[in-house]
Amino acid sequence: MIDRIRNNQLWQLIRANTLEKIREPGVLFWGIGFPILMSIGLGLAFTRKPESVRHVALISADTGSYSIILKDDKLGNTTFSMERMPWEEAMVQLKRGHVNVAVSIGDSGYRYHFDPMNPDAQLTYVRLSPVLNKIPSTDIIQHPASSIQYPASGIRHPGYEEDLSAVTASEVDVLTVTGTRYIDFLIPGLIAMGVMFSCLWGLGYGIIDTRSKKLLRRMIATPMKRTNYLVAMITVRLIMNVIEAALLVLFAWLAFGITIQGNIPALLVLFLAGNIAFSGIGIFLACHTSKTEIGNAFINVISMPMMILSGIFFSYHNFPDWVIPIIKPLPLTMLADGFRSIFIEGAGFAQTATPSLILTLTGVVFFTIGLKLFKWH
Amino acid sequence: MSPSPVIEVKNVFKSFKTVHAVRGVNLTIYPGQFVALLGPNGAGKTTLVEMIEGIQKPDSGEIRILGKPWKGHEKELRQVIGLSLQETRYIEKLTTFETLRLFGSFFGMGKERVEEVLQLVGLEEKRKAYTVNLSGGQRQRLALGIALINHPRILLLDEPTTGLDPNARREIWEILRSLRASSDTSMILTTHYMEEAEQLCEQIIIIDEGEILKEGTMKDLLGEDSSLKNLDDLFTALTGRRLHD
Repeated sequence: MIDRIRNNQLWQLIRANTLEKIREPGVLFWGIGFPILMSIGLGLAFTRKPESVRHVALISADTGSYSIILKDDKLGNTTFSMERMPWEEAMVQLKRGHVNVAVSIGDSGYRYHFDPMNPDAQLTYVRLSPVLNKIPSTDIIQHPASSIQYPASGIRHPGYEEDLSAVTASEVDVLTVTGTRYIDFLIPGLIAMGVMFSCLWGLGYGIIDTRSKKLLRRMIATPMKRTNYLVAMITVRLIMNVIEAALLVLFAWLAFGITIQGNIPALLVLFLAGNIAFSGIGIFLACHTSKTEIGNAFINVISMPMMILSGIFFSYHNFPDWVIPIIKPLPLTMLADGFRSIFIEGAGFAQTATPSLILTLTGVVFFTIGLKLFKWH
Repeated sequence: MSPSPVIEVKNVFKSFKTVHAVRGVNLTIYPGQFVALLGPNGAGKTTLVEMIEGIQKPDSGEIRILGKPWKGHEKELRQVIGLSLQETRYIEKLTTFETLRLFGSFFGMGKERVEEVLQLVGLEEKRKAYTVNLSGGQRQRLALGIALINHPRILLLDEPTTGLDPNARREIWEILRSLRASSDTSMILTTHYMEEAEQLCEQIIIIDEGEILKEGTMKDLLGEDSSLKNLDDLFTALTGRRLHD
C-alpha cells in the first residue's frame, strides 16, 4: 500500500517539487526570512518613539548652527537644527532634501519657505512656528554658534524658558488600542504580498523555467498526466504559502503582540481564495512563453503596480479619490483589505465572503484561459 | 513473411514559417533494428524524430507506431516509447536516483527498476549527486537511463553523444550495444558523427535539407564506388559539403 503511494506519479511529482524548493536556500530566505526581516525593519521604524531631528535653513549672510530642542514625552523629542546660510545655499540644500524648510526674517517677522505638497515640510512648519513665534527674530539671528547646551525639559531658549513651556503642554492622548499601530496595518499586507509573490514566482516562473529547460517537453513525452503536473505544482505552492504565512504571524505575535481579532475560518477561506486567484494568474502568465526573461518582465508588470497601488505599506487613501475605484478591485487590494478587516477589525464571513468569492472566480477565470493557451511542448 | 514494422513514416512533410524542415520522408523500421539518421545540423533530423515521438505533428503524411497513429493512441504509445531530447536540463537540486524515481513513476515503475537502470547506465556511484553536478557524459547517461526506464520497445535518441569527449561517447555506445544484444528494442538515433552511425547501426539513413539522400547498410552505401572511403566522403559526393560544416 505504502509502495503504491510512493510509486504514484502525483506523489513523486509533489515530492520532487518540494525537494527542489527546500534545497534552494534562496527560496527559504525570500519566502520566510525576507517578510520577517521586513516586518522587523518597518515595525521598529514606525513603532519606536521618534527622536527626530529636523534641519531648518535660517537665511543669513553668515554661517553656523545651533539647536532648539522641543521636548515631548508623548510624541518624542524634536530637535530643530537651525543652520544659518545665504539664500542661494538654502535653495541648494532644499533641492538636496537636506533641509525641507527655509526661514527668513523680514520686517514683519518670520517667513517660512517650503513646498506645501511635502507633508514632512508641513510638519516641520507646524511644529517650528509656535516655537519661533515666542522668540524675537533679533535674538534668533544674533544667537551664537552651536555649543550651547539646553536643559532637557520644556523648550529652552536662553531667556524664554517660562514663555515657551506652554508650547509643550501637549494635548495628545497616545492610543494603545490593539490594531491601531502601524505594525498591525503592515502584517496583513505582508501576508497578502507573500501570497502574490510566492504564486507568481514559485508557480509562474517555475513553470516557465521548466519549459525553458525542455524538461516540460520531456515529461509530457511520457504517460505523465498533465493535470498531475499542475496539481503538484499548486499543492506544493499552497503548502509553502501556509507555512510562510504561519511563521510570519507567529513571529508578529511574539515580537509585536499581534493577534487575530476576527473569525479564523473566514481568514483561512480568504487565504485559500487569495492563493487560487494568484495561482490562476501565475498559470496564465506562464502559459505560453519559454523565455525566463519574458516571465520576469510579466511578473514585474503584474506585481509592481499592485505593490504601489494596493496599500501594502501605506494606505491607498493617500491617492486621489478618482483612483480609489480602480485600486479597490485589484486582487492584491482585495486580499490585503480582507486580511486587515479580519486581523484588526474583527471581521467574519459577512465581510469577507464577497472578496473571497471574487478572488476565487478571478483565479478560476485566469486558470481556465491559461490552460486553454497552455503550451506543453 | 517479414514481421510487421514498429515504425512507418509515409510521405511526411513539415514546415516552420519559411523553413521546409522535412520534405516527403518515407521510412520503415522493423523490430530489433538500429537505425541512424545521419546528417549535418539543420538537416531536419530532430523535426523528423520529434514527429515520430508524437511531440510535433506533420503538416501532411502519415506516421504509425506499432501500426497505430498517434491520434487516439497517445496513452498506449507513450508506454512503449523511450526517448531522449537534445539539451534537456533536469531539476537541478534533485539527485540522479530521485530523478529516475520521478520518471519511473510516470510509467508505474518502482524502486527496483530504478536500481536496475542505475546499474545499466553505470551511475550507481552518482545516485546521490544532484543532476546539476553531473558531468556532460553522466548527464547523457542519465538521459539514456530515463529513456530506458520503461523497457521501451522503441528507443528514439536525439544526438545522444553531441558535445561529449571520445571516452564518454564510447561509454554510451557500450550501453547501446549491450542493449541490442539483450533485447529486441528498435532504435532510431540521430547524429552527425559518421563513426557513431557505423558503430551502432546496421541501417544508415543519410538526410539533408529535409530529404533522404540515401539509405542502406554500410556495404550498400559504400559498396558501389571504390573511391568512397567513408560516410563523410559519401556525403560530400552527394551534396558537395561535409557533414560537420
